[in-house]
Amino acid sequence: MNYIFYFLVVISIIAGAVNGRLQDVVNAILTGAELSVKVAFSLIGIMAFWLGMMKIAEKCGLIALIAKLIKPVTKKLFDEIPQDSPAVGDIAMSFAANAFGLTNAATPIGIKAMEELQHHNINKKSASNAMCMFLAMNTAGFQLIPATVIAVLIGVGYKNPTSIIAPTLVVTAITFTCSILLAKLFQSFWKPQKAGGDE
Amino acid sequence: MFQSIMNVLSLWALPGIILLILTMGLIKKVPLYEVFTDGAKEGFKVSVNIIPYLVAIIVAISMLRASGLIEMAGEVFAPLLAHFNVPVDVMPIMIVRSLSGSAALGVFSDIAHSLGPDNYATTLAAVMVGSSETTFYVLAVYFGAVGISKLRYALLVGLIADVIGIVTAVTVCNLMFA
Repeated sequence: MNYIFYFLVVISIIAGAVNGRLQDVVNAILTGAELSVKVAFSLIGIMAFWLGMMKIAEKCGLIALIAKLIKPVTKKLFDEIPQDSPAVGDIAMSFAANAFGLTNAATPIGIKAMEELQHHNINKKSASNAMCMFLAMNTAGFQLIPATVIAVLIGVGYKNPTSIIAPTLVVTAITFTCSILLAKLFQSFWKPQKAGGDE
Repeated sequence: MFQSIMNVLSLWALPGIILLILTMGLIKKVPLYEVFTDGAKEGFKVSVNIIPYLVAIIVAISMLRASGLIEMAGEVFAPLLAHFNVPVDVMPIMIVRSLSGSAALGVFSDIAHSLGPDNYATTLAAVMVGSSETTFYVLAVYFGAVGISKLRYALLVGLIADVIGIVTAVTVCNLMFA
């Protein structure tokens, strides 16, 4: 992440200078910083709501029940974490929320899943295989109905906006499968995380 | 048929989950209000915890977008895209969709409004935006929330998957709509 951060900033400054847009790049620092805080603060309320709901779901045994149902799948994908961990249920809930396009619920539940995965992580600064797998499933953006996109298409008077659902589903399913396979592949040879210290 | 079933499912998904959680909690005699507020307390902490990670990634990406580099890349790749029957208008979407969700949606709205309905570029852009998730944002938020700074291969997997998504979107749309 150190190199990526450096690379993004340096290349932006160089490209900005070349394009004569250095002032815009400098202004972007302020707007970007403001936006980050706005994003974080807009999450507080909905985050509190779903973390509260999830706590009830956990206490009444619903999460454990869901975890039991999807055990055959998660056992293969997340072989490092104990299958009776609350993380398994959280992962399933987060995936379901994503699939139905419930972004507001998906992020808090996903973060809770990450916290559970962190309990099983040996090096608290470095991502575990299970975390990378979970993130691979998330960045692939599996979604059954792309509601926002369809809304835009309807807005401009598209004759048959729902015609994009089938191709989108095909693309998202292929990407999703590839992400999982890639995460599996990488975890087999990417240097395993060391316990303890952080360099 | 499929469409109307999906609509009902989408509408009922959230209220359904909430009803299920609360009802099951009541049956199992969980003190709903206390447990809810106890869990909700974490909301503020988690949101504030991710701020440093969000600032790093969102500032870097805002700078990148302001620098004009994305347009430059668009010009470089234009001939290659023409070869695969990809309209030039879709180019910015391909780059922006991994970086910023709101920007991708903004660019997509621009394309839809300027090219009008029932246009191949609009359709392709719609499939690309609809099938993607903002890789950088997801990584920053999720890893930031638990304080992880060594991402290992997570970003690489996300970016390769984004490329696969673009290629698949172009192929599928070429087969279906071109």
